[in-house]
Amino acid sequence: MPEREGNLEALGSLIHGFGVLADPMNIAYMFIGITLGVLIGVLPGLGGANGVAILLPLTFSMSPTSAIIMLSCIYWGALFGGAITSVLFNIPGEPWSVATTFDGHPMAQKGHAGEALTAAFTSSFFGAFVAVLLITFLAPVIAGFALRFGPAEFFAVQLLTFCSFVGMGSESPFKVLCAMMLGFALAAVGLDSVTGELRMTFGSVELLRGFDFLIAVIGLFGIGEILLTMEEGLAFKGKSAKINAKVVWETWKSLPRYWVTAIRGSIVGCWMGITPGGATPASFMSYGLAKRFSKNRQNFGNGEVEGVVAPETAAHAAGTSALLPMLTLGIPGSPTAAVLLGGLLIWGLQPGPLLFVEQKEFVWGLIASMYLGNIAGLIVVLTTVPVFASILRIPFSIIAPVIVVICAVGAYTVHNAFLDIVMMLVFGVVGYVFKKLSYPLAPLVLALVLGDMAESSFRQAMLVSQGDLAIFWSNPLVGSIVTLALVMLFWPVISALLRKRQSRQDGGTEVIPVK
Amino acid sequence: MEHGTQNSDPVVSNRTMEIVVAGLFALVAIVVMADSVRVGNGWGSDGPKAGYFPFYVGLIMLVSSLATLAVNIWRHSGERTAFVEKHQLALVLQVLVPSAVFVALTAFLGIYLSAVLFIAFFMHWVGKYPLKTILPVAILVPAGLFVMFEIWFLVPLPKGPVETMFGF
Repeated sequence: MPEREGNLEALGSLIHGFGVLADPMNIAYMFIGITLGVLIGVLPGLGGANGVAILLPLTFSMSPTSAIIMLSCIYWGALFGGAITSVLFNIPGEPWSVATTFDGHPMAQKGHAGEALTAAFTSSFFGAFVAVLLITFLAPVIAGFALRFGPAEFFAVQLLTFCSFVGMGSESPFKVLCAMMLGFALAAVGLDSVTGELRMTFGSVELLRGFDFLIAVIGLFGIGEILLTMEEGLAFKGKSAKINAKVVWETWKSLPRYWVTAIRGSIVGCWMGITPGGATPASFMSYGLAKRFSKNRQNFGNGEVEGVVAPETAAHAAGTSALLPMLTLGIPGSPTAAVLLGGLLIWGLQPGPLLFVEQKEFVWGLIASMYLGNIAGLIVVLTTVPVFASILRIPFSIIAPVIVVICAVGAYTVHNAFLDIVMMLVFGVVGYVFKKLSYPLAPLVLALVLGDMAESSFRQAMLVSQGDLAIFWSNPLVGSIVTLALVMLFWPVISALLRKRQSRQDGGTEVIPVK
Repeated sequence: MEHGTQNSDPVVSNRTMEIVVAGLFALVAIVVMADSVRVGNGWGSDGPKAGYFPFYVGLIMLVSSLATLAVNIWRHSGERTAFVEKHQLALVLQVLVPSAVFVALTAFLGIYLSAVLFIAFFMHWVGKYPLKTILPVAILVPAGLFVMFEIWFLVPLPKGPVETMFGF
């Protein structure tokens, strides 16, 4: 039974990983990381990716294991923190908590903020826990498997990610494609690393650097969000959160009712985190599914607990499982995972299948910290919400300029470039217009993040086959991934055809609604 | 219509905005394709040229934007819904214009002093706060950022003549 042996080996390695965490300093870093992360998640525009990037230099003096524990805990904290602003202020601190605002904020408006937050944190924890279990048992298997991957397989995985945006998005597929291609085009700006050729710089030295996804994220989500909030007429009032042991206990008692939603959310999240669709689309997809299958469908958007559970489990499961492809394949599943990958490279660790062979202690220390970090996170957020909420219960005419300033600081620190602050503002206006016309922002950002990587794996694959696209069907593995990607891409057409056929089969008989 | 409040004159309709944005996408797509052709979108002696991948990115963008364009030109249903109403636009500009001025000032005064001016102006103009509320916020927030970035994290932010005067 090789599978059983594999699982036992994973458990053994995990126990060893917990041993790494026995160092009290590592536990301290864990709590510092969580607290910083919640703060970062709470402040709009100072996202997880940005926060990790800014704090990366702080960790250079630590051992790689301690450093990654602290950085990943900032990441967990940011995932938790996003929910606080979504529920209390209707402003998602992070793009993946946008879907949480749909029901979380109405709950807060009705005076159920404590319940909404408890539900959000608990489901976040649940989603993360499922994802960590998945990582524990799947990562070693995938790492072993991925040792055989070539550029065509890597490109196929990325293609699948992008095609699932088109097939699964609620927006017009053409708009999804436009936004995504804009991301790829922006990613291509600057020096082409293969040929050394300058692309789309039009003689500008500033454009040589290309467009950084962090600037785009800060502008699109930070500034764009402020403009949208402002447009709604300064209706930016925070709701107070009374969280005490009684509210937490009462909410916990009611949560097992949503076990189906939570498990479905975790599955969607894990899938989107690994593919790597990321936490943002995962949260939307899970929300959409919960709405479709819920008995209280009409109550969604008016403060339904299920509408909080669904996006939060998915977002946290995706955010956590995004580290699986990063560790095993070297493909970051999310923008923040991309920054963490940058950190690994700085410490001289090469992410990818070999990491599990060569850096056992590091990998299993990190995985063990995911278990403890999420428990620590749950404790920290449940006890400190009133503190964070009171920082934020400040009128919009004070917080708006402060957020703009923090966004500007964040944009500047990415490359120490003034032009980036200007670009941030431009992206803000773009974000505002896109939001209003329902052009999706997530595929744009992800294309910007993965653009270079997708292009280089595509070019390498083409180089291997001398330009023959048949390489993408050259073996069953790559062939099935690419075929699945194409099914996803044309899903809007396929589902329309299926519906047509279905209605023709029904052949004129009147459809009687089933009660 | 839902937005039946006062001053709700639409500045621009959704349909017009859809057409403009789709048109801009088509324009960007053409620029991307043209530049890809410039650097070479075919096969070089040592593999795909620099414009090989971006050319198709531009092509897909062009086709999708033209599809959106066509849908909106033929469909007239969105004609009456407003993209933005007059009072909404005024509110948006209330944030956007001062932010743009703040960014421009950063180039000359550094980020800290510009932040003080920006926060103070915004609180006075939009929030109508008294000076005793404005001053602590406008000074303490940038000061806090200064401590956090320059001193704790050792991340230098743009500084101007005033900071130079104090020896930073």
